[in-house]
Amino acid sequence: MKELQYPFDCSYILKKKRSIKKALLSDGSTRIKKKIAVLGGSTTGDIVSVLELFLLNNGIEPQFYESEYNAYWQDAMFGNEELDSFSPDLVIVHTSNRNITETLSMKMSKQEVDEALNRQYSHFEVMWEKLAEKFACPIIQNNFELPLYRLLGNRDAYDFHGMTNFISRLNQKFYDYAAGHNAFYINDINYLSASYGLERWSAPLYWYMYKYALCTDAIPYLSFSLCNIIKSVYGKNKKAFALDLDNTLWGGIVGDDGVENLQLGEETPVAQGYREFQLYIKKHKELGILLTVCSKNEEENAIAGLNHPDGWLSPDDFVNIKANWEPKDRNIFAIASELNILPESIVFVDDNPAERAIVSAQLPGVAVPEIETVESYIRTIDRSGFFEVTSFSEDDLSRNDMYIANAKRAKQQASFENYTDYLLSLEMSAQICDFDPVYIQRITQLTNKSNQFNLTTKRYTQAQMQEVFESGSYVRLFGKLTDKFGDNGVVSVVIGEQREKELHIDLWLMSCRVLKREMEYAMLDRLVEECVGRGIEKIVGYYYPTAKNKMVKNLFGDFGFDKISEDENGNAVWVLSTNGYARKCDVIKY
Amino acid sequence: MLAEKEIFKRLNEVFRDVFDDDDIEVTASTVADDIEDWDSMMHITLIGAVEDEFSMRFKMGEVSTMKNVGEMVRIISERAK
Repeated sequence: MKELQYPFDCSYILKKKRSIKKALLSDGSTRIKKKIAVLGGSTTGDIVSVLELFLLNNGIEPQFYESEYNAYWQDAMFGNEELDSFSPDLVIVHTSNRNITETLSMKMSKQEVDEALNRQYSHFEVMWEKLAEKFACPIIQNNFELPLYRLLGNRDAYDFHGMTNFISRLNQKFYDYAAGHNAFYINDINYLSASYGLERWSAPLYWYMYKYALCTDAIPYLSFSLCNIIKSVYGKNKKAFALDLDNTLWGGIVGDDGVENLQLGEETPVAQGYREFQLYIKKHKELGILLTVCSKNEEENAIAGLNHPDGWLSPDDFVNIKANWEPKDRNIFAIASELNILPESIVFVDDNPAERAIVSAQLPGVAVPEIETVESYIRTIDRSGFFEVTSFSEDDLSRNDMYIANAKRAKQQASFENYTDYLLSLEMSAQICDFDPVYIQRITQLTNKSNQFNLTTKRYTQAQMQEVFESGSYVRLFGKLTDKFGDNGVVSVVIGEQREKELHIDLWLMSCRVLKREMEYAMLDRLVEECVGRGIEKIVGYYYPTAKNKMVKNLFGDFGFDKISEDENGNAVWVLSTNGYARKCDVIKY
Repeated sequence: MLAEKEIFKRLNEVFRDVFDDDDIEVTASTVADDIEDWDSMMHITLIGAVEDEFSMRFKMGEVSTMKNVGEMVRIISERAK
């Protein structure tokens, strides 16, 4: 919904929240349901109702528990029946500097201030530990915004007696905790309030009148930030950029003006704007965001523009370049299918409002930020939170290279008449084994974002995955695939629960970047081996249809399972006997 | 200074938007009890929306002491642009 896309109109959202909610709930889209507990140190009313709008807009239907006013600590530490039976999937702790209870005095020694700092920090740490132990779910914790006033003026920042100094040190302790704990995320209200304007954000009137720790007009920014973290945790981040070229990555029209006349470099203010924007885009490669081009241009001209000596980007940075005269929505659709991602995983960046309108209308899932002029491109895209990083794995660093290697594979395939010969020529080798702590992060990440090759689409938080990892009643496999063009990283995950002599498959998924490589057969071979070793005689597979996983509807059938039931919604149960199973994959070494 | 009639007309629109109910007709004597969903949370939303509509701010004391819509209109007419 356009109204909920950055940059949004805060007063409009607040005023119309009821009708916006109605419209979202009746738009016919399917959403995952999540139970979210909001534990507040100040009023949370509209923070929750606006968060609900953003979540609904991102495919998540929340159910909320809201603590009584300022009861965050009691709820977390001592619980209450309502919260315990609610059993949240995620906890938000909404606190602010209004919840800092330690007071400072110029008479205090350094040691006394340090002790106060540790007391204040412990107040929060014991609560997080308690929440983690009780609910084993992701926790989102606000850091602290800077104080409303500075008793020591500028000295408040560096003198240990200053509240500014105290808050900075307290925030740092929060970050150290976050860095050392999975499934613990900081909602950076320190940045949000600075970006919004601390004076307006902290206007005390809203505290005195309503016990809100921020001005009501800033609430949508806070809720949007929370939503970005939550949608990222549940695998709803975007995965790729589709970038226009003329007047988007450089100033001017390369086909008309020629490469030498483009605005790109350090020569003019506009040229500097485009150069900085190119750097901003390029940095996304390290996050595993795929870069593609979608431009109305002759390909030759597009490549020439991308080879501009003063640009940060070059043709090698892109995993797919569509420079032609086809409608852009068709090109984006083609990019998505060639990369085996969904169109809704793409962010389309184009300076031309007409092109944006066409893409929005034809491919409603695609994110289309309303960029205006080059000096605001970065802010608009950055604040939109498309790629909010809640987890980061080694795989992300090299994802673009993997896709470029895929393009080379496709070329090689064209030179073989027999597909098996092609597969053999790839010299594939796999590592397929029980979960390894090193890869847990990547396994969880892959689990939460795989939609297409995914039989049950079951999602796991980091904590739930850790539980599976530590339990003896599961058979777990992850698969890494390497070939002569490169390492594909962790690409497949299987989890089955052993119930006596049966194994029930909770999760079977594979990254679409290794489709048609027989990796799924290698996984099955290994799974059966493992089952035989454990005395399991029967493997029970489940297929739950979603809007996105049709490609694996008959996977168990292809594996040689027998279908034993299927309901009217297409939910099917399949069974395979491990007795007399013959190995199926002989093109991958493992 | 805005005419009272004009204020009521715009104010009515704000009420309808906030409570998402096109049947609302506010008068000078309308109080919170007259509108089903007018609780303390919605009051905050309403005050913010009224302030935006008329480009004015209520003073801290006024928000909790306004007795009815008529009083709200009186303050708006003094301050609105």
